[in-house]
Amino acid sequence: MQIELSTPLSIAQLAKLRAGDNVAISGTIYTARDAAHKRMAELLQAGQPLPFALQGSCIYYAGPSPAKPGGVIGAIGPTTAGRMDATTPLLLQHGLAAMIGKGARSPEVLAAMQQAGAVYFGFIGGAAALAAAHVTASKIIAWEDLGSEAVRELTVQNLPVTVLADTVGGDLYKSGPAAYLASRKK
Amino acid sequence: MREIDVQHITDAVANMCIQANQYLPPDVQTTLHAAQRAEHWPLATRTLAQINMNLAQAADKQLPICQDTGMACVFIELGQDVHLTGGNLDDAVNEGVRRGYTEGYLRKSVVQDPIRRGNTGDNTPALLTVHIVPGQQVNITVAPKGFGSENMSRIAMLKPAQGREGVVDFVLETVRLAGPNPCPPIVLGVGIGGSFDKVALLAKQALLRPLNQPSQTPYYAQLEAELLEKVNQLGIGPAGYGGKTTALDVAIETMPTHIAGLPVAVNVSCHATRRASVVL
Ligand code: SF4
Repeated sequence: MQIELSTPLSIAQLAKLRAGDNVAISGTIYTARDAAHKRMAELLQAGQPLPFALQGSCIYYAGPSPAKPGGVIGAIGPTTAGRMDATTPLLLQHGLAAMIGKGARSPEVLAAMQQAGAVYFGFIGGAAALAAAHVTASKIIAWEDLGSEAVRELTVQNLPVTVLADTVGGDLYKSGPAAYLASRKK
Repeated sequence: MREIDVQHITDAVANMCIQANQYLPPDVQTTLHAAQRAEHWPLATRTLAQINMNLAQAADKQLPICQDTGMACVFIELGQDVHLTGGNLDDAVNEGVRRGYTEGYLRKSVVQDPIRRGNTGDNTPALLTVHIVPGQQVNITVAPKGFGSENMSRIAMLKPAQGREGVVDFVLETVRLAGPNPCPPIVLGVGIGGSFDKVALLAKQALLRPLNQPSQTPYYAQLEAELLEKVNQLGIGPAGYGGKTTALDVAIETMPTHIAGLPVAVNVSCHATRRASVVL
């Protein structure tokens, strides 16, 4: 079963999700990785506005390969989310509602997510051409100097993701393998 | 003595950088499809189906399979009866990488200095390994390597007394520590023996062997099978979401070593295990 969600994401919708749920996301999401996170944190600390409104937003940890002439976007799979852990709690405090990435998060991030009612989604690492097929529009909205790491506003259609960490402490990287192993013992 | 203009090497490398990033080798594709049929855990089946759909999309749209189009690992077996003309080999290979990554719209992921960073802008330099072999052919393999999985690779200087069991434990520990990070299902290249430097190269070379082609030494073919089975009992599964298919294959390469040592290296590769080869 697949749950369909559209942006902006509401806290009430996110609260119903559980680790392992399959979700299709449609609407507007923003790419940001290491360098953009550093700059966003600096702006927030200085009390300045960000390139996009954080409230209810969804960040995709991704830096695409170059688009071909006439193409919407290059290959755009997720990067390892853990590298953004240090700045994530600050973004969550300012309204960030969801993240899409791959890899485990720190206990601090998981705790901050529960407090904010935010969800961490996984897109399959390396499935970058599949992700590109779900992107219908893309534009750079900030920090073009960062190249592949610039902040992009993406319009996505039914991007297939899986809930990795939910608002009640569920963590698929723990529960998924454990449930599989338990199923083999029966 | 056969003469080969290095321009041919540049052309071949450029081509293979693009090919390898858009199409997985047939052996890897076949293994991924077989894994999808063999999985019965629903989330794992779905994940493998998406990984296979990704391959179809990449081929259809001529997009890279993964946005991390890697560092270009280039292996050349140079026949000793070949005379290369028209320039030097290093430059020719780097020019090939430069062209392939630019013309193929591949991501440039190389920094000039490991600490001070700074993108080189064209994905050069290549990581070039040359072996001189008998004959008058040039064998070139390009294996783009992403760092999500490279970063999970490990090396250990075990004590000889730790033996086979020590090797098995170290490989399993490496996979457990890596968890979901190297984009499972993974492929493991294991080097055993030699010295600190040679064992790492052995592990990388093990990744060049087509999947499901066991070691020619029955003892190590058996160890490969044992490791694959044990890794796939860890439950990490595709993307780390749980399931049977944590690894697609384990390949071991070995060489003689010192009486006092047992070096082991595990080079972790992802489901996007890319390589392309050509003979000149
Ligand atoms: S580990 Fe492999 S599949 Fe995953 S992001 Fe890196 S290159 Fe891509």
